[in-house]
Amino acid sequence: MTAKPKIAFFDFAGCEGDQLQVANLEERLLDILGHVEVVNFREVATRSGQDYDIAFVEGSITRPADAERLKQIRSQAKILVALGACACIGGVNCLKNFMSENVYREEVYGASARWYPTAPARPLKAVVQVDAEVPGCPVDAAEFARVVKEVLLGKTPWLPDWPVCVECKLAGNICRFEMGRMCLGIITRAGCGACCVTEGAHCWGCRGLVPGANLDSARIVLDRTGHDRKAVQDLLRFYLGDTAATL
Amino acid sequence: MAKKAQSKAEPAAKRVDVHYLTRVEGHGNIVVEIEADGRVSACRWEVPEAPRFFEAMLIGRDYRDVHHIVSRICGICSIGHQLASLQATEDALDIRVSEQTLLLRRLATHGENLQSHLLHIAYLVLPDLMGVDSVIPLAETHKEAVLKLVAARRMSNEFCRLVCGRTTHPQRMTPGGWMKIPTPEDLTLLRRLLVESVPNLNFAVDLVASLAGKIPAFERKTEYVALVSPTDYALYWGEIGSNLDERHPVRDYKSVTREYCVPQSTAKWTKNMAESYMVGALARFNLNAEKLTPGAAAAAEKLGLKKGCTNPFMNTVAQLVECVHSVEDSLAIIDMLLARGLREEEPTPVRLKAGKGAGAVEVPRGILFHAYEYDDKGRIFAADCVIPTNQNHANIQKDMEALVPVLADRPEAEIELILSMLVRAYDPCISCSTHTLDLRPGQEKKLVRFVRK
Repeated sequence: MTAKPKIAFFDFAGCEGDQLQVANLEERLLDILGHVEVVNFREVATRSGQDYDIAFVEGSITRPADAERLKQIRSQAKILVALGACACIGGVNCLKNFMSENVYREEVYGASARWYPTAPARPLKAVVQVDAEVPGCPVDAAEFARVVKEVLLGKTPWLPDWPVCVECKLAGNICRFEMGRMCLGIITRAGCGACCVTEGAHCWGCRGLVPGANLDSARIVLDRTGHDRKAVQDLLRFYLGDTAATL
Repeated sequence: MAKKAQSKAEPAAKRVDVHYLTRVEGHGNIVVEIEADGRVSACRWEVPEAPRFFEAMLIGRDYRDVHHIVSRICGICSIGHQLASLQATEDALDIRVSEQTLLLRRLATHGENLQSHLLHIAYLVLPDLMGVDSVIPLAETHKEAVLKLVAARRMSNEFCRLVCGRTTHPQRMTPGGWMKIPTPEDLTLLRRLLVESVPNLNFAVDLVASLAGKIPAFERKTEYVALVSPTDYALYWGEIGSNLDERHPVRDYKSVTREYCVPQSTAKWTKNMAESYMVGALARFNLNAEKLTPGAAAAAEKLGLKKGCTNPFMNTVAQLVECVHSVEDSLAIIDMLLARGLREEEPTPVRLKAGKGAGAVEVPRGILFHAYEYDDKGRIFAADCVIPTNQNHANIQKDMEALVPVLADRPEAEIELILSMLVRAYDPCISCSTHTLDLRPGQEKKLVRFVRK
């Protein structure tokens, strides 16, 4: 490539924590910036160009107008990369999909509820073709750097296709099921180093289902912990609301 | 970004239309129209962020999950949302926490304030003061300065990671305590990093002090609301204070925030004693300046920030003063923790009961309230979150209304820059504004149509 590829960042419904992780690369971000030209990174820079090759998109699609904007970004970008759980799998935004629209709108906006257009939350791939994903809530900065490198080299970025349990064992954690707790590491794509389990919590499933996840078996294992069905359902809906896991 | 109709010679109508203001977190628009005779015909601060319905998503959720969900309201203030949420849950379920837990939470508050303030000062505001469009060109022209600021910010990220386990959406905190605490080695390392960052912060203070002339001079009296405490510069805990009002307990937050809808901009606005109020670093400074650590007080003096300041552009300066305060106070907390010895503590056991509670934490952008009602199974049936940026929207609007007539004879580009700087000074975190409405120009009509549907 002679010219530096032009990259742009866009965000929809989400916390922008993923772009924050990118900003948190600090010096390494400056290294990456040596190989690309940023034409649109609203969170960091004023300049906003529309001539980009690679689009990084964060957040879920929750409004009809957002779907249109995403299609426009898709038509411009040669490569579209989904950034974070909201963009890759819908993430926590999908929690509202399980509630009656009347209920969630009135709960927040009261009598003005009908002013606010909204639709069920969806991941980007429900609307357009996504070329690469950086999963996680938030994304792992090192993984982001790796995916960017691979995209720039013209490779197809890869993601681990084994469950979090593998990395959790390597991290030396006590299995949450041994402690009588619930955990979604058994069906979740690895790549995070089991960071939540290592920090005392359990896996929430933010990186989405691992290819070939055995959901039936997972439900049996979760039920055996003795937690009631509602608790199991709560955990499965936390991030995986847009997947088959919540059935 | 901004579309302008250029015409020279005679005074012409001016229009500033900033669609999706940059270098802020979330989406906001500035719309200003000035007629040829200098009359201001439109002046609006608008918030078109996608509504996210967090308060509704909390309904029916278990008390142990709630702080993890609200953390996702905002990537930058995820620690603050967790802390306010934990306070509300603990208030509702009558959970008491240990002194060690409180000290660690205060430390977490400092870590987040440093992380967010330094991002705002170095990456979002400094480019305006240096006359460039982002921090990226500064990396070439002012390499030393940028590297020092980047180093300070890396320290703040490391700070959050050492205390909370992760820089964003931390996993260690839980109602009643901590699932995992930093080791003494972690705290010793953090102590060293903090001490090493002092020269970088002093450099930042000198740098901003040297750029003081670039900060627009604009004064508007308004109400300042922040947590106050008799013992310290209140960040994690306190009562609701104001320069115009008596103190209120946190549970009484609704009598202060008094959220209301306005037809023309409708992120929910707030008002207390005056027509609008401001929250954030400047509000905290104005109410609590005498409780700053000595180094922070010295920095304030060097930066020309005095208690009672009514220039909203100085909010960034107040943030820098708070950075110095956070470093010094964190060192004191770490010394206290190391002296008393870190203990592995089980989180306080919870006895489920129906209850109602509220929590308030000073997050980087101002006072944040969470209030929940739980049923006797420990599940939420009503939730309310009042976010700092929402409390500032009305004040931003009133500032713009006061500022635009003064700027009416300046060129459009300058008006646009100063208004953008005004909004950036508030460090708005619009993703946080959980209740907002799309009201881009030209869509007002659509709104009416929508209502009829």
